[in-house]
Amino acid sequence: MTLLEVAGVSKSFPGVRALDDVSFTLRPGEVHALVGENGAGKSTLIKVLTGVYRPDSGELRHHGRPVSFAAPMDAQRAGISTIYQEVNLIPLMSVAQNLFLGREPRNRLGLIDRGRMEREARGILADYGVTTDVRRQLGTLPLGAQQMVALARAVMIDAQVVIMDEPTSSLEPREVQTLFGVIRRLHARGIGIVYVSHRMDELYEICDSVTILRDGRLVHTGRLADLERIELVSMMLGREMSQTRRQGFTAFAGDHTTDDAAPPVLRVTGLTSRTRLHDISFDVRPGEVVGLGGLLGAGRSETIKAIGGAYPLDAGTVEVDGTHLERPSTVRAVAAGIAVQPEDRKAEGIVAGLSVRDNIALAVLPRMSRLGIVSDAKIDAVVARYMTRLRIKASGPDQLVGDLSGGNQQKVLLARLLATRPKVLLLDEPTRGIDVGAKAEVQSLIDELAGEGLGVVLVSSDAEELVEGSDRVVVLRDGAVVGHLTGDRVTTEDLMAGIAAAAPSEDHT
Amino acid sequence: MTKNAVAERPAAGLAAVRSRLPGYGVYLAVGLLMLYNIVFTPYFLTLSNLRIQLIQVAPIVIVALGMALVIGTEGIDLSVGSVMALAAALIPLYLGYGVVAAIGVSLAAGVAVGLINGVLVARVGLQPIVATLAVFVGGRGLAVVVSDGQLKDIRNPDVLHLGSGDLLGIPVLVWIAAVLVALVAFVLRRTVFGRRLLAVGGNRRAAELAGLPVGRVLITVYVICAVLASIAGLLSVARIQSSDASAVGLLIELSAITAVVVGGTPLTGGRVRILGTVAGAVLMQLVIATMIKHDLGPSTAEMAQAVIILVAVWVARERKSR
Repeated sequence: MTLLEVAGVSKSFPGVRALDDVSFTLRPGEVHALVGENGAGKSTLIKVLTGVYRPDSGELRHHGRPVSFAAPMDAQRAGISTIYQEVNLIPLMSVAQNLFLGREPRNRLGLIDRGRMEREARGILADYGVTTDVRRQLGTLPLGAQQMVALARAVMIDAQVVIMDEPTSSLEPREVQTLFGVIRRLHARGIGIVYVSHRMDELYEICDSVTILRDGRLVHTGRLADLERIELVSMMLGREMSQTRRQGFTAFAGDHTTDDAAPPVLRVTGLTSRTRLHDISFDVRPGEVVGLGGLLGAGRSETIKAIGGAYPLDAGTVEVDGTHLERPSTVRAVAAGIAVQPEDRKAEGIVAGLSVRDNIALAVLPRMSRLGIVSDAKIDAVVARYMTRLRIKASGPDQLVGDLSGGNQQKVLLARLLATRPKVLLLDEPTRGIDVGAKAEVQSLIDELAGEGLGVVLVSSDAEELVEGSDRVVVLRDGAVVGHLTGDRVTTEDLMAGIAAAAPSEDHT
Repeated sequence: MTKNAVAERPAAGLAAVRSRLPGYGVYLAVGLLMLYNIVFTPYFLTLSNLRIQLIQVAPIVIVALGMALVIGTEGIDLSVGSVMALAAALIPLYLGYGVVAAIGVSLAAGVAVGLINGVLVARVGLQPIVATLAVFVGGRGLAVVVSDGQLKDIRNPDVLHLGSGDLLGIPVLVWIAAVLVALVAFVLRRTVFGRRLLAVGGNRRAAELAGLPVGRVLITVYVICAVLASIAGLLSVARIQSSDASAVGLLIELSAITAVVVGGTPLTGGRVRILGTVAGAVLMQLVIATMIKHDLGPSTAEMAQAVIILVAVWVARERKSR
């Protein structure tokens, strides 16, 4: 008997096949892990399950009967609830109001029976480990407690299926344990749970079965206990272990000659930020490419941003060329020679409405000007140099960056960074979403820049790219450094083993 | 920039026209309305009438220049009318110390208000509409208190010259507005600040990560806007030859925003059209003038303006969805 099932579902968007013939089965009382890297199709599958998207082909079955959800409301009526990372309740209303929103108990006059509502809310929430005053505004509660309220609300609406999308990403360890207690109770009541997370330890602690997606396809589905961590990681990252070789998949040339005795150009010590980063330290020497390995949510992007002064830190220091960066900010980081290429090119990288020229010159305007008045001649010289060197294909420097292809947008962004004459280049997924040709060009550019003595930090979800592009790899998991790969150990096998390794204190396998 | 790409697509003739409309439609509208008036309105093409039109539109143009810069950063400044009132109220109080001192004090008031607005937006992180609402509400009240709620006549000849004097046959007021237009256009095109402003408006997060001093850019924009508003306040006083804090610059924030929007500057930031803004202000002035000359009341003019605003917004929307 299955609770919810999709059979052979496909879903395409312009230019992308987000789901390709994917099947997924959820049984009552099952905690089912749904895993995959960015772009694997998890979100699309969830949206199909919850009625946000209608599949192009394939079937959705609820209790064995084919159903078609026209809207998210239909899925909710069928008992399918979703708990998102960001709680989507109303922060300015009280806890009890949120819990009963739309189904408030009434008194004989048809008015809301506040007393009863609050009494019942207290009783229900006690089961979820929330003992706060239910008259408090929801927004004043810690995020973990808010999530519990959302969960309690979902279960109250007779949910049979609860989909949890990275529910622990912003929770403290204690709150995670409370959540797991609740999941176990739901499990005992026969509710099916789809659990999306990248934290290996959590998956192995709480989930019964697993479905792995990659590039919109089903890679594996089965009992989680039968699957070793290393197998799970290699299926997610997409390489059969035997197939992995050193060299050959990317345009990277190989190791760079770095002087081991040279002082580091970048030294990061003890970066710590609440639940996201825990005491991260590493060095980068001139001419060296240091990879940051790890799964989604391991803290790679946060580390990069923190070094660039764009992520709040509770502790930790950043040194460039031996100079300590006081009071980190993006302005000071750029001035010190740190250049950050953010992961989200459109939202944080390019200014789409400005020309190629203006985008490249953006960060170096003071150098291109006298008394605050810019010199077009100087700008044109710099822009021409980088457009040639990076082979940026545009109709000319005046073309709007928003009209360029992804690969050329990325090159414009890199040109802007290089124009600042950085000492350290931090690259977050430099080849994501760009075509194969541009990808190879960007990869050899990274090689070339390291050869010129730049320190490079590389983040990539593509294991080959990371391993082949990096001289060393620092492996991150749950915001902490869990391993270093150097020399002959910079291989995808070692990377996956490092990612998959259980923390010694919480080994559940 | 974009027009080249569009022009190369021959099949999309109508679409090409439509895509140019937000940028150039305002000039077309001004031209058509001029033509209509030249043909049908008696005494339209007389020196005295053109002088009046230009003198009336000058303060709106000056305020709209600052508004265009603020809107270019994805912001809005509601306080411009109150800043005009403050500048107007301060002038008669300090005229005793000389014209330069009086003008200096009212410009300083503009700088102060701009700093308040800018800090609230850039450092405190308030939404521009909320941040500038405080001065919008309180500023005029303060101006009335400062001036004891009285209308004060201005007799200083230097000040009056600003409002009604001529230079080479053209009103001083119009010269000042023209110089400010050229200055703002220069700042926007040729200076580090101007380019940063567009980047901040186009993608604030990207500008931050590129190491731009985003906060400083925003504060500067609000200061410039408020200073331009106080200049407009000064000139209004000089023209009317009296200072009435309760009336100067009333509702001008709406005229200024209208001029900017009709002129083709998108509210989403990242692009500023200076000449378009001037044309937008002129267009609105022409609409009012045309209605008055044809004995249609100000309420009809307001309705006509409303239609123009809707058309401008609609044209802009068409373009966005392309």
